[in-house]
Amino acid sequence: MAAFANLTDRINHVFAKLRNRGALTELEIKQAMREVRVALLEADVNFSVAKDFINKVTELAVGEEILKSLTPGQQVIKIVNEQLVELLGSTQSKLGVSPKLPTVIMMCGLQGAGKTTMCGKLALYLQKQGKRVLLCADDVYRPAAIKQLEIVANKAKAGFFEMGQKDPTDIAIKAVAYAEKNGYDTVVIDTAGRLHINEELMDELKAIKSAVNVYETLLVVDSMTGQDAVNVAKTFDEQLDITGVIMTKLDGDTRGGATLSIKAVTGKPIKFVGTGEKMEDLEPFHPDRMASRILGMGDVLTLIEKAQTAIDEEQALKLAKKIKESNFDLNDYLEQFEQVAKMGDLNDIVGMIPGASRLKLGDKKVDEAQIKRNKAIIQSMTKEERANPKILNYSRRKRIAKGCGLQVQDVNRLIKQYEQTCDMMKKVTKSKRLPF
Amino acid sequence: MGFFKKIIDGLKKTKEKIGVKLNQLFKRGIYDDDFYDELEFILLSADIGEETTVDIIDELRERMEGDRVSDPEKANRYLRDVLTDILGDEKFEFSSPCVILVSGVNGVGKTTTIGKLANIFTKQGKSVVIAAADTFRAAAGEQLEVWANRAKVRIIKHEEGSDPAAVVFDAISSAKSRGTDVVLVDTAGRLHNKKNLMEELKKIDRVIDREFPEADRKNLIVLDATTGQNAIQQVDIFNEAIDIDGIVLTKLDGTAKGGVVLAIKHDMDIPVYFVGVGESIDDLLEFDAASYVEGII
Repeated sequence: MAAFANLTDRINHVFAKLRNRGALTELEIKQAMREVRVALLEADVNFSVAKDFINKVTELAVGEEILKSLTPGQQVIKIVNEQLVELLGSTQSKLGVSPKLPTVIMMCGLQGAGKTTMCGKLALYLQKQGKRVLLCADDVYRPAAIKQLEIVANKAKAGFFEMGQKDPTDIAIKAVAYAEKNGYDTVVIDTAGRLHINEELMDELKAIKSAVNVYETLLVVDSMTGQDAVNVAKTFDEQLDITGVIMTKLDGDTRGGATLSIKAVTGKPIKFVGTGEKMEDLEPFHPDRMASRILGMGDVLTLIEKAQTAIDEEQALKLAKKIKESNFDLNDYLEQFEQVAKMGDLNDIVGMIPGASRLKLGDKKVDEAQIKRNKAIIQSMTKEERANPKILNYSRRKRIAKGCGLQVQDVNRLIKQYEQTCDMMKKVTKSKRLPF
Repeated sequence: MGFFKKIIDGLKKTKEKIGVKLNQLFKRGIYDDDFYDELEFILLSADIGEETTVDIIDELRERMEGDRVSDPEKANRYLRDVLTDILGDEKFEFSSPCVILVSGVNGVGKTTTIGKLANIFTKQGKSVVIAAADTFRAAAGEQLEVWANRAKVRIIKHEEGSDPAAVVFDAISSAKSRGTDVVLVDTAGRLHNKKNLMEELKKIDRVIDREFPEADRKNLIVLDATTGQNAIQQVDIFNEAIDIDGIVLTKLDGTAKGGVVLAIKHDMDIPVYFVGVGESIDDLLEFDAASYVEGII
């Protein structure tokens, strides 16, 4: 999809004809900013937020000296990226603790943003920090919302409080009293999803908030939200004075420009991001990653960090270089197995790169036992064989199978997988040029 | 009443802001670069997206300049025409028996849509059975059961965590033996970049083809009107997996306008069939391009 071509490429294209090594001129910046604007709009950044942002960056960039190590294009990207990170704020994933326990956290947001699931994730997260959490079912409208919260509460091993379809304010008051009595130090209130134009429901939230001394009011927003994100955030903030934002569904391939819009109009910190369907899939917000994601450069930093759990950055870079140069041998493949095991499903990981999910990746599902077997196979090869898999003829394969106690077919399968992986990596690097 | 009124009501809030701005813009009667720049912003704010917006503006410019339009009223109509031409006027039609597979990413309103669709078809005198094939989300089955009761239709449901294809199989067997007109299949929300979940959806699609080859087939994707440009990828990838026939655009009663459907129709020629404009069971309407355009600009 041409529309999702890498911003770096596009900006480099703008500067391709220029051999300017001095300062950036206004005209150059203007041309580059057109590309930045398109990138921001494609990422769903609100158009007036994008406009303001571009004006600010243009002002900053004109006259800026081009660093020796960078091309003019890279220099512009660097400035854009830095400003974006700054605007997105810092990592503030800490939740406040009320001086008077229990700390009451109210979750609010539009229908389908993922509030109920997020309640469970937050409960699990807080319990891991030693808190005792009570989940309060205060969405009395959506069919089966109470049941859904009960299930996530059980999964998170948190307390659960419900009174059926009674008055939401009353439920909240009773939930807090119940928490006090039963030694819960944190209450998370799941409220009804709403379209913010619904004043009646907004009033209901206000009533809950004033009745139970809410300490944190968190707005849950679907990261795929478009231009409307500013209206949503503004209205909720005006009406309820939110204390923070949680972006959900970031495990999709959305560029998440809504995050920038929300930060720009409310000034409230983005605290967490939801990155999957499992209860553990809650991560602190990282402005730098979000910035490169919005600019369409992929959430590459997250990939690198995930890889770092197994190998250090230097190795990751080495590997990335190898992938790029198609120099990826079975030694690297072996290293990959440990790493991939910790990263989860390779397909999902690659899918986080905007646009990359369209690639046909083949079936690359990896499970633990399979990884062990694959490692054994590669470890039964000679150094020469690992560096140059082409020489693996039948007699070598037979010897390897014997060495690791498996069948020749298993060896064949591994080699085939290795070849497919090479193909896949070529495809990824060809179409997306990972900006390592 | 009907579509027109509800859509206009639903979209009123934003329309007020944008409509005023647009009217002022047209009233100037000068259709220069400033005019088109301003118009571009208005279209972008409706989530129509950069590429389609540029195409719309090029098309409008060409038509206006070709006919030397200067009358504001006429110019306004030209813009509406360009937009409705893109959207087309395809209606949702099917022959009994029919299996309608409803898919989409998480939280767009699939389950609610199924309930409302069941209501529409029942009112048309069709018999309906719902297959609760979202066996993943906690309490999805219960939610759907509530809707099935409201619409007074049968529902086939298995335990949470069971194989969705098996639920579909049972629903089809039931429909065959009872001569039911419509089988509505609810599926779990899945992000389109999750390969395994998309494979599961393909499997459901294959099971329907295999078990009910004589049935008419319709695959619908549900899109949330608040979603931005990512909706394009959603439709693209779901379409690749199971051949999408059309779109249900939900949550149009908020301030979002879901203009990305213009981009989708423009790029992929996949039409919108229904729009969700509220929370009650009657709040799903057949899509009408002219009223929709009236609502967004």
